[in-house]
Amino acid sequence: MSLGQSATPLGKVRGLGSAREGGEHWLTERVTSIALLLLGVWLIASLLFLPALDQRTILEWLHAPSGALPMALLIVIGFKHALDGMKVVVDDYVHEPGNNFALNTLLLFLAVGGGAIALFALARIAFGTIA
Amino acid sequence: MLVSILHRVTGAGLSIAGLAVLTWWLAAIAGGADSYASFSKAAGHPVGIIILIGLTWAFFQHLFSGIRHLVMDSGAGFELDTNKRFAILTLVGSVLLTAALWVYVLEYRP
Repeated sequence: MSLGQSATPLGKVRGLGSAREGGEHWLTERVTSIALLLLGVWLIASLLFLPALDQRTILEWLHAPSGALPMALLIVIGFKHALDGMKVVVDDYVHEPGNNFALNTLLLFLAVGGGAIALFALARIAFGTIA
Repeated sequence: MLVSILHRVTGAGLSIAGLAVLTWWLAAIAGGADSYASFSKAAGHPVGIIILIGLTWAFFQHLFSGIRHLVMDSGAGFELDTNKRFAILTLVGSVLLTAALWVYVLEYRP
């Protein structure tokens, strides 16, 4: 018997109701978007107002806490927001459960891996010594 | 419709190309003068500049259409003329800001 033809009311709705999740994903996407609005404008403004864009100038800018801290937030929140957004795109267009799981897992690995590389590079800049 | 699709396209572009460039740039700074020189060479190449201009536009477009979506999430701005005007405004704003920023960077920045 297929799902829709079940004899009892309970059988008809079982498996069709709220997943009781997803609301948090939706809200997180929006809250991180507001943070990224500020951090993105901060990045562009900083690059515009730095006296030059050579390696030494950028190194000194990101070595100081006033540069390193917003950049750390930009990396973590940026990768999180990208992952949340790409998941929506994947879930909208890739319906086959196996492919959906594979793509979402690939995205998760890319986001966590990429974020780790970016954070590690920033840590080297922030905690390293400037010759 | 167009602006809504652009929100996805620019979001995907920023997620993949934008974060890749950001990560490469940070790794190049951390790697020292030589590694930064190879990043600068790529970023200063005409293709590199076109990609950076594209990412700048994608950022502003995604930012403005993102604000539009936040407003619409609140239940406001669904009247047809308001909605259309806001959508067109995101397109005009992103192109103008990108143009202004890059004219400054390429022509006036020391």
